[in-house]
Amino acid sequence: MNTTLRRLASVVMVMFLALMVSTTWIQFFHADELNSDTRNIRSIYAEYGRARGPIVVGGEAVALSKPVDDEFGYQREYTNGKLYSPLTGFFSLANGTTAIEHAENDYLNGQADALWVDRLQNLLTGRDPEGSSVELTVDPKAQKAAWDALGDQRGAVVALDPKTGAILAMVSKPSFDPNDLASHSTKEASEAYTKLLNNDDDPLVSRATATSYPPGSTFKLVTTATALESGDYTPDTVIDAPSTYTLTGTKTQVGNFAGTSCASAGEMTLADALRISCNTAFLGLGGDLGADALDEQSEKFGYGSGYDIPFRTAASQYDADPDSMNTAQVELSGIGQGSVTATPLQVAMVSAAIANGGEVMQPYSVDTVRDPQLEVVRETSPQSLGNAVSEKTASQLTDMMKSVVESGSGTSAQISGVTVAGKTGTAQHGDNSQPPHVWFTGFAPAEDPQVAVAVVVENGGDLGASATGGSVSAPIAKAVMEAVLNG
Amino acid sequence: MSAAVETPAARQVEPTERRPARLAELFLLILALAAGIGAFAMVGRSVTGELPGEFWPVSLLLTAIGVAAHVVLRLRAPWADQVILPAVVLLNGLGLAMILRLELAGMQGADAWSQMMYTALGAVIAILVVWFLRDHRWIRKLTYTAMLVGLGLVVLPLLPVIGREINGARIWVNIAGFSLQPAEFAKIAFAIFFAGYLVTNRDTLALAGKKVLGLQLPRIRDLGPIIIVWAASLAVLVFERDLGTSLLFFGLFVAMLYLATERFSWVLIGLVLFAAGALVAASVFPHVGARMDVWLHPFDNELYNAAGGSYQIVQGTFALAAGGLFGTGWGEGYPYLVPYAFSDFIYSSLGEELGLTGLLAILLTYLLIVQRGLRTAVAVRDGFGKLLAGGLAFVMALQLFVVVGGITRIIPLTGLTLPFMAQGGSSLLANWIVIALLLRISDNARRPSALPMRGTVAQGGPMHDPIVVGAADGSTPGAGTPAAGTPVRRSAAAVGDVSGRDGGQPTEAIDPATGRPRGGEHL
Repeated sequence: MNTTLRRLASVVMVMFLALMVSTTWIQFFHADELNSDTRNIRSIYAEYGRARGPIVVGGEAVALSKPVDDEFGYQREYTNGKLYSPLTGFFSLANGTTAIEHAENDYLNGQADALWVDRLQNLLTGRDPEGSSVELTVDPKAQKAAWDALGDQRGAVVALDPKTGAILAMVSKPSFDPNDLASHSTKEASEAYTKLLNNDDDPLVSRATATSYPPGSTFKLVTTATALESGDYTPDTVIDAPSTYTLTGTKTQVGNFAGTSCASAGEMTLADALRISCNTAFLGLGGDLGADALDEQSEKFGYGSGYDIPFRTAASQYDADPDSMNTAQVELSGIGQGSVTATPLQVAMVSAAIANGGEVMQPYSVDTVRDPQLEVVRETSPQSLGNAVSEKTASQLTDMMKSVVESGSGTSAQISGVTVAGKTGTAQHGDNSQPPHVWFTGFAPAEDPQVAVAVVVENGGDLGASATGGSVSAPIAKAVMEAVLNG
Repeated sequence: MSAAVETPAARQVEPTERRPARLAELFLLILALAAGIGAFAMVGRSVTGELPGEFWPVSLLLTAIGVAAHVVLRLRAPWADQVILPAVVLLNGLGLAMILRLELAGMQGADAWSQMMYTALGAVIAILVVWFLRDHRWIRKLTYTAMLVGLGLVVLPLLPVIGREINGARIWVNIAGFSLQPAEFAKIAFAIFFAGYLVTNRDTLALAGKKVLGLQLPRIRDLGPIIIVWAASLAVLVFERDLGTSLLFFGLFVAMLYLATERFSWVLIGLVLFAAGALVAASVFPHVGARMDVWLHPFDNELYNAAGGSYQIVQGTFALAAGGLFGTGWGEGYPYLVPYAFSDFIYSSLGEELGLTGLLAILLTYLLIVQRGLRTAVAVRDGFGKLLAGGLAFVMALQLFVVVGGITRIIPLTGLTLPFMAQGGSSLLANWIVIALLLRISDNARRPSALPMRGTVAQGGPMHDPIVVGAADGSTPGAGTPAAGTPVRRSAAAVGDVSGRDGGQPTEAIDPATGRPRGGEHL
């Protein structure tokens, strides 16, 4: 019987081998597919049952997971939901994740490859796994100042550290409270989401990074930069500044703000044209410079691509197809109208680049990621995206922007004791029946810039049709810059 | 009972060689207990944040069981295999930890303390078996009693009032509030019956009949027993709706038939019969067919949502997938999302928290027990012992295959449970008894024989322990391979035959178990 016993032992080996293969098949080769099966609620349980790391601003958690006694174990809470939602985004059982909650998910839930040592320790010690904390670059005072100054108006504020690209403030209004979406009741969360989605004011969309507006006169900075970089212009170059400008090949006449003429002589220096934001001068300048030069210069400032800050932003655009623009369109683009669109982040990046001697910095909102033992796992180092303009051009632009705030269209951004450089914008949109979107962008202090800012207020804000960038947006920018400088 | 049970004379032939100190077993036992107790602590820490209330009682009791079994083996079965007990304690401990973990997580039905009590009861019964059963050959007397008991146990769940249908399978009985799975005990009864029956009738089954296409076909009249067992297995499949139990009995019979007769034709006939029967049953009986559908297309949404559909198997598969290579760690997963995660699906629960690595380790531990059992069968010198050890080892392997194969979808899902790990009293008691029998046979197999020299008669006469046999290996009668551990072959005639084949004429041999001439034993 020993022969048959040995054969039986071989049969047993084959049986066990089959079990090992089938187990390996499920647990190793097939695991990803099974884990992503929609009927597999454990990935959701796992995600929502973890002690997810907090999102920290200025040493305080603005998003954190608190233990609760329900089937999941942890509830995500946002301490100042509406204020920070353009950055934090939401973490919702029913609606998924957005913004930082989405982009930093692997670190927040502790599953990032870089955290394997932590996970190994957890496995060996039986310690509960915890997510890493994500610390933002945001200055809570600047954020609060921007929120308060914007008031009930629709719009957005972005403030950057021009030297690093770090985002100091990012506000969008109207905003939403991510707490409503974080409810573990799928019904409640879905209803809240549907309500926000159907809201005409689009509170779910971050106006700071996801909405592209016509940049209006703030784009004159790009036009001026193009002119100075061409070598054919200096700030003192005298250019045509008629009281009205007929777009080439059309009968459309474009005037200046409130129908005033820029200069009695019908011409003025480039510096003066920027200071008072003379439309007719920049229409002609835009046409003279041409679509290619403007497109190229705008891309150097960052137009044409989105940024991972770490969540993806919308790309700003000079024109979808600059080669097929007619002269009238090119002329209009010189004053930031027509086909030009920009996010508030992009407008702030232009000011930041000028403030930073022409060097464009990659914008970012995550400063450090720390594991539960507070060890730094990841730290963002500032990254250059190249030079948009020469240092000389940057300094010339800075001087011109200083005079905008000193004696031009942006005087209400003045801060006592601090030299502020800036540019206003009053952008028409749609069929012109609605009040303009009003802008201000700038930086301070001009001689050693600490903060660059962009403010947009939709449809003139509280002032409506009579609003200008100088009257509505400049004071908001001032408040934000003050908050950073006094911080 | 007198023959095989200890007699003073038997002690006289106890070899003078030093008894093993069983230090290897003690060392492995410490490792197994450390793994189990460590798991209890980790489970508590990660589920509730503190040591569970059951920690000390369960840890101490498990340790007491291991130590008591070890001491009894030292005293009563010093030559028994040293790996089997630690392996069983390891599996039992890990199973307890998972049940405790599920109970702490608030899963309805998970009851670690009751499992601990059944473990203790099982261990006590095993200890009693080892203590009082001094020679496994005594069991041979129970051959036909075992058959009746086995058949009775199989029919039990079909009886009204006490029979229970759980999860579509009618393999449970409920007596005075206690749920029993009679199949677990029936498998032992059948192993005993088959061993006793086959050791007597193997020659008839093996040698008579024509040879067709290289296969030695049995005579039609010898097919009787296999037809009966086949019919009984199919009856289990159809009326108790459990392919696993059915497969377990039939597989056991075919394997033991093969062991005894060395005729592959039996295996082939058996497999063909079973496959044909199962196919017919699947097409004729809708409930069997439905189970096949669930097996083949579990991810089909309609079956997933159907009552009694594939929800459980799909969720169990998800649990395994969630575990991945290394698992979530004790208490970190969601095993309780699977229905019966503590019993039928404890394999997927363990897979989720211990990962593929953990499951492979567990499978290897089972394989170790099974292979040690088979090795015992090879080493033991009597035919009955060989068949019984081989059958018991194989039935454990087969049960594992049916359970794990069901969960990982090699075969349709069944109602059997993982030995030693799954929550359930019947399974624990029965499998501890299996282990006790294997240990007892292994002690007899490995005990150095106080073999008399050729031509002399052993002290104490033929009936005494240890009874010396010649080449027990029936496969090579008269061949030149000596059986393991028997320095002298063919001396059996002088000291008494136990295998019924190896020394002298089988029909004239005295059956040591019954004391009757073996010729009288036929169906």
